Amino acid sequence: MSLYHVQKLIYQLNRDPSVRKQYEENFDALLAGFELTAEELRAIRDPDIGLLYVMGVNGQLLMHYAALRGYEWDAYIEAMRQGEQRYGPVRTGLYKRAGGSP
Amino acid sequence: MSLVFAGACSHAPGITGRAHRADPAVRDRFYANLDRMRLALEAARPDALVVIAAEHFANFFMNNMPSLCVGMGESYEGPIEDEEWLRIERGRIPGAPDLSQRLITEMMHEVDLAYAQEWKFDHGIMVPLHFLTPQYTLPIIPVNINCQGPPLIPLERCWAFGRALRQACDRAPERIAVIATGGISHWPATPDSGKINEPWDRAFLDKFLNNRRAELLAYTDEATYREAGQGGLEIRTFIALAGCTEGSRGELWFYAPIPIFAVGCTVAVIDIAPLAGGRAAAA
Ligand SMILES: [Fe+2]
Repeated sequence: MSLYHVQKLIYQLNRDPSVRKQYEENFDALLAGFELTAEELRAIRDPDIGLLYVMGVNGQLLMHYAALRGYEWDAYIEAMRQGEQRYGPVRTGLYKRAGGSP
Repeated sequence: MSLVFAGACSHAPGITGRAHRADPAVRDRFYANLDRMRLALEAARPDALVVIAAEHFANFFMNNMPSLCVGMGESYEGPIEDEEWLRIERGRIPGAPDLSQRLITEMMHEVDLAYAQEWKFDHGIMVPLHFLTPQYTLPIIPVNINCQGPPLIPLERCWAFGRALRQACDRAPERIAVIATGGISHWPATPDSGKINEPWDRAFLDKFLNNRRAELLAYTDEATYREAGQGGLEIRTFIALAGCTEGSRGELWFYAPIPIFAVGCTVAVIDIAPLAGGRAAAA
């Protein structure tokens, strides 16, 4: 399970300007430094914010990646909703039981 | 000297970042109470402000996650987030390294701590500072309680940490202020963002403001998660403050759910009573 690596990549992108520079200049080279599955690579590259959410990426990481990729707040929330509809409930991580009203 | 001020407030990024989207009447009453808190804090003439916060993967990650970390830096920078997104300008915030080191050394008799001389503040600290020391004139000692990446520290250990902090403050010559910042019930950064369980929040605040230790420590993460969302796990900061002000009662200055801020916005101030049976008291 490489959710750890997906989250680590986003963590570093969020906090480190030099990693963000790498993202701008050569995203593929940056991605090569992380152990990611084909599905994860696609979700990060596209980006498929809904799929990243369903994969279990913590929203405190994901909301900044969504903003970096141009998602306004409402679009970010909507992308997660669509992700749940398309891919099903959150698979793992802290949000596994989140989503839907109690 | 000792603890000269204790309070609690919310820190959600929407409070500044999405300010323009909130109902102005409620929002401005909330801001007015944060400003009242600033005045009360200033009136207490603190030498330093300890901020018990719950960060959101700004400095600490699952590669080496401390349950409790205390800042010991000369200064800090923040916000780590995009300035436009948070609508807070990036700046340098003074630390209090000498006092930090003494507090940490003292607290280590009671609790195991990590420390950090480098720390980028996220909204969890910057939003409160934006209202409470907008010019960043007050030296800050940041404290982080891991509320994001389980396994999380048990609530009774948060209380013990707060108590240890109090004992350390009581032994320091400086005038020290402490605030806790966290959400109560909320589901931030999820499709349920904006959902707030007001009855749950009010029940929690009642226990918190009356310092009812047994009831506060009876919360379980499973029930909190179910009823108050993953953001509810941040009650750890409130519980640490309750341990720090054991035996004291507080006053709720403001509470209102503001959905676009994704949290029940809270301002509370504690009327500090002396700590019974502390190491300082026994000394
Ligand atoms: Fe938070």
